[in-house]
Amino acid sequence: MIHLEGVSQYYGRHQVLHDLNLTLGEGEVLGLFGHNGAGKTTTIKLILGLLRPDRGNVLTLGRSPNQVDMRRQIGYLPENVMFYPQLSGLETLRYFARLKQAPLTQVKSLLEQVGLSEAANQKVKTYSKGMRQRLGLAQALLGEPRLLLLDEPTVGLDPIATADLYELVDGLRRQGAGIILCSHVLPGVEPHIDRAAILGHGRLRAEGSLGELRRQAQAPIRLRLSGVKHRDQCLERWKDQIPDMRPVNAHSLEIATDAQHKLELLKVLLTSIQVEDVDIHQPGLEDLYRYFIADDPAQIKETQQ
Amino acid sequence: MSQIWRIAQKEVSDGLRNRWLLAITMTFAILAIGIAWFGSAASGEIGFSNVETTIASLTSLASFLIPLIALLVAYDAIVGEDEGGTLLLLLTYPLSRMHLLIGKFCGHSIILGLAAVAGFGSAALAIVVFAEGVVVSEVLAAFGRFILSSTLLGWSFLALAYLVSALVTEKKRAAGLALSIWFLFVLVFDLALLALLTSTEGGMSPETLPWLLMLNPTDIYRLINLAAMNGFGGVSGALAIGADLPLTHGLWLGLAVWVAAPLLLAHVAFMRRAI
Ligand SMILES: Nc1ncnc2c1ncn2[C@@H]1O[C@H](COP(=O)(O)OP(=O)(O)OP(=O)(O)O)[C@@H](O)[C@H]1O
Ligand SMILES: [Mg+2]
Repeated sequence: MIHLEGVSQYYGRHQVLHDLNLTLGEGEVLGLFGHNGAGKTTTIKLILGLLRPDRGNVLTLGRSPNQVDMRRQIGYLPENVMFYPQLSGLETLRYFARLKQAPLTQVKSLLEQVGLSEAANQKVKTYSKGMRQRLGLAQALLGEPRLLLLDEPTVGLDPIATADLYELVDGLRRQGAGIILCSHVLPGVEPHIDRAAILGHGRLRAEGSLGELRRQAQAPIRLRLSGVKHRDQCLERWKDQIPDMRPVNAHSLEIATDAQHKLELLKVLLTSIQVEDVDIHQPGLEDLYRYFIADDPAQIKETQQ
Repeated sequence: MSQIWRIAQKEVSDGLRNRWLLAITMTFAILAIGIAWFGSAASGEIGFSNVETTIASLTSLASFLIPLIALLVAYDAIVGEDEGGTLLLLLTYPLSRMHLLIGKFCGHSIILGLAAVAGFGSAALAIVVFAEGVVVSEVLAAFGRFILSSTLLGWSFLALAYLVSALVTEKKRAAGLALSIWFLFVLVFDLALLALLTSTEGGMSPETLPWLLMLNPTDIYRLINLAAMNGFGGVSGALAIGADLPLTHGLWLGLAVWVAAPLLLAHVAFMRRAI
């Protein structure tokens, strides 16, 4: 649904995207992550045709993104979404529905879906941040888009609304929509994305499914053994074979390993040590994010300063 | 086309909601009725005198007021949506920048047009009904011309306001620039023309000089209304040089160009604008 090929983008003389390649398929959710100013919003604006790439090629739904009528199939939630303060939520959504040529019957059900039915006749200027965000989401869902671009959709949402949002993402994915989800809130998104792309200073630092990223990062998997009998003797005995073993508290051990050796190691350990429980801690999105961002030389320089 | 209409509709309903339409209509009506009945109070008479002097005084007042109102209505048309964050959203909807520009301009044009028709029209009606010894057809012709030219003048300054709004990135700057435009066309231009007239002392060919008036939409507007009335008997100042202009329809055409040209430039500026 989306093809970015060798895209570079400048603001004035400042280059904000370097030779970016990115794709999105049908029924796929891509998480787009990166530090502040990494170029996430710029990438989305390129996909929407709000910016024209200085170099490279952007195809959205198989076509050049500045074609107007194609936008009926795209839903977009901008970061810091803003509306006309003097209109009510209902009037706002009606106006945008008309512009998108979406059925007006959808307006009421969308307001209900995002939990704004009661505030529908209230002016938008009286809305709280989260209510505005919900209205923004409703607006993005007008006309049942095939492609959904969500720029920090969970900002300002309460935990329940956030969960509802993720559920919605899952549902749309099942119906075959392609979704790009930009976020700084990494815990929680993991189960809802198929692939992650991590941007650092306008460069794609890593891209792939979580499994692929883990392999790329060779991030350690941590095994935590708790209720270990004769812990200190165990530590003494294995310390040469397993250098990454360390005590955690009185009866626990933690071992760092990688995906290849995980099972083998577990087998050996469980046959020779008596334990009450084993916890396997896979590196999460946040660990991977830290790893790939820290890999960025410019970022390292910044943190050193 | 339907997208243009949807945008225009929103602009008109905004005009109703924030009472702009009502306020402008009332201003026009009170101004016109006031001048019709009390315009000659300075010379000791109270009451309606005649259509000619009414239109003459109304024209000179309206040539200040209408540009100001039009600029005020539309100076933030684009930059305001940009600052408010809604422009970003609108441009991801299935409509082009041209749809948006034309739609908003049509909406504002409808507001100004309605206000001119209703406001000045009610004055014309009052004259026909209450004033004694007027020829109805004369009143209607004079006011018809006046309303049409007033609307065109309003539209031309709307277009100028759109140009400002498309060029500038801050609302405050747009307001400042809009005021400067008003100052330039309404006050400075005629003074500059008079200065030119006296300093060249006939050095300039008398054929080209009157054409300079076409560079100012408010001068064209005054020429349209005054020339038709009393054969330039009451025309004074810089405007007098326009007495030689061999134009009648040309003036209307000139005013129309003053609507289209700034709008075209606004479109160019808007297309180049970074979002
Ligand atoms: N209109 C603009 N003019 C000039 N520079 C800009 C503009 N918009 C963005 N930039 C620059 O482009 C770079 C990328 O910005 P972008 O908004 O894409 O970052 P982001 O990844 O979305 O960041 P955040 O997480 O803070 O939203 C930044 O260095 C920013 O300063
Ligand atoms: Mg951003």
